[in-house]
Amino acid sequence: MKMFVRFALMLTLALAAATAALAQSELAPGSAQLLNPEDLLKIIQAPKGEKPLILNVGPSLLYMQAHIPGAEYIGAGSDAQGIGTLRRRVKSLPHNTFIVLYCGCCPWSHCPNVHPAYNELHKAGFTNVKVLYIADNFGADWVDKGYPTIKGQ
Amino acid sequence: MRRAVLIVVAVALLIGIWKLSHPAQPRKSGLGGASSSLGGAPAPDFSLPDLDGKPLDLTNYRGKVVLLDFWATWCTPCRDEIPHFVEWQDKYREQGLQVIGISMDDGPKPVREFYREFKMNYPVALGTEKLAASYGGVLGLPITFLIDRDGRVAAKFVGAVEMSSVEQQIKSLLQAK
Repeated sequence: MKMFVRFALMLTLALAAATAALAQSELAPGSAQLLNPEDLLKIIQAPKGEKPLILNVGPSLLYMQAHIPGAEYIGAGSDAQGIGTLRRRVKSLPHNTFIVLYCGCCPWSHCPNVHPAYNELHKAGFTNVKVLYIADNFGADWVDKGYPTIKGQ
Repeated sequence: MRRAVLIVVAVALLIGIWKLSHPAQPRKSGLGGASSSLGGAPAPDFSLPDLDGKPLDLTNYRGKVVLLDFWATWCTPCRDEIPHFVEWQDKYREQGLQVIGISMDDGPKPVREFYREFKMNYPVALGTEKLAASYGGVLGLPITFLIDRDGRVAAKFVGAVEMSSVEQQIKSLLQAK
């Protein structure tokens, strides 16, 4: 009996961890929520079609050096101020608004910003949110490919 | 016997979950000096206030080998690298190594806390857009430059790199008089 209780406890713990891991894996490379740089470029350069609201949730010094044309600066998704700004920015938008989040500060698996920002929009009920998949950093995966950028705020 | 099976199953489950939540990290190799657009060129000078407000001028370190690290407190690979830089600053100080940190954080508060927490033993200043541009743009972190005793950019490392390879290059630069 004692052994069964112990096993049940371990199983509960494992299931809780699995739930957390699955939430994290929603943005695992290859998942449908991710958008590759070349695909976003096609979308923004296409003469027709719905254009996304592009929100930068990374550090400001990186945004000021170069960002995707039309992208709005929100602030780092890893801090409360950034999340607060994100919340206010999307407050009045329809929940089916096409939103693309991006950061590019660090290699994808190390980025502290995109997951909290994505989770915030997901929690708020937004259904058409994509995250730009930047494998290494914005410089290598966007700028160095010759994709368009602009400087400043 | 049943107990052993249960334990094995539970351990396997936990390992599986850990693997799922910690995907393998791609290790980007160091980009040697040749790949840097600044490779061999004079390192752009700068003068910025350090965390205590004292001027931090790159020219003051001419004659030393400088490890110039662009980093931020929220950058995980930077956090992994900094203890190595602290160690090297002590280990190679007498031979002429000077580490300089340029934080790309939005403000000084987290940087000061980090400085204390990581017992950083080298000067740190907050970066600017102008400085980043002069080094070819800092559009991802970490980025580390090695500058030789003549003030020329000898190597550039982007992303998470093997620390042993960076240390090897530092040793070579320190030996070149």
